[in-house]
Amino acid sequence: MLDFLAMGGYAWYVWMAYGAVALVVAVEIAAVRARRRRAFDELRMSLEPPSANALARAKDAR
Amino acid sequence: MINWFRLSSPVSFYPIAGAWSYAFAVLAALLAGVGLVVALWIAPTDATQGDAYRIIFIHVPTAWMAMFIYVVMAGWSALALGFNTRLSAMMAQALAPTGALMAALALWTGAFWGRPTWGTYWAWDARMTSTLILLFLYLGVIALRSAIEDPRRADRACAVLAIVGAVNVPIIYFSVQWWNTLHQGSSISLTAAPKMAMTMLAGILIMTAAAWCYAISVVLARVQSIIVERERGAGWLESLIDWRAEGTT
Repeated sequence: MLDFLAMGGYAWYVWMAYGAVALVVAVEIAAVRARRRRAFDELRMSLEPPSANALARAKDAR
Repeated sequence: MINWFRLSSPVSFYPIAGAWSYAFAVLAALLAGVGLVVALWIAPTDATQGDAYRIIFIHVPTAWMAMFIYVVMAGWSALALGFNTRLSAMMAQALAPTGALMAALALWTGAFWGRPTWGTYWAWDARMTSTLILLFLYLGVIALRSAIEDPRRADRACAVLAIVGAVNVPIIYFSVQWWNTLHQGSSISLTAAPKMAMTMLAGILIMTAAAWCYAISVVLARVQSIIVERERGAGWLESLIDWRAEGTT
């Protein structure tokens, strides 16, 4: 295991490269999710007060 | 046969984008899992570069994606300008951040590969410089959009910039042939046995497929948010929010 992590002496380079990719992927996925949440929050706010149509649907759902 | 006109409307594209985004996310995870095992364990240590060469498995896919996403973005931009379609402009808008990240990763992984093999993190080599310009073009498109209040005007301005900037892509691609500089072509010396070259090629192809699926998934998820942001006045979004409120929140 330690042998694997050492990457034949190139650990710094290999893990800095792979680590950056992992970090960027994680951050981008989080950013996309946060943007979706924000977009729906703003949509909800823009719909206040709820339209008759939305109220009818909510009633149906219950 | 797929009805392409139906797909060009945000209303009908929204649910399809969601389903495809999910499917490609699953594919990307599977491919990345297999690709990483090949890249970090199965592929043998290189005779001359040692384990430093393993950076190739992320450097090449991110560099390809950075160029390819730009071409796709310019293509959507051309459609948006030519046919004045909202969804094309939204696709171009959704591609820019992922393209910028891929360009940044290509430069970053290249730096950490260049240091142990060439002795430097950075050089003003033709390919590296043109890839840096690619990153700036992505950032320019993103900045231009955020600087223009009216989304339809921003669409046109960004489309023009994206299309003009597309000349940089062939420059990156052919830079290693046109200029005799530090960045080599694909001349990585393995221990020469064809079996090892095959493992390396397979690893690069699997990782590239993973990068493709990842980009498709994340861009489709982002375009959904963009549709919600920009179609706020449209009545059909109301049904979406009702459904979400019952289902997930």
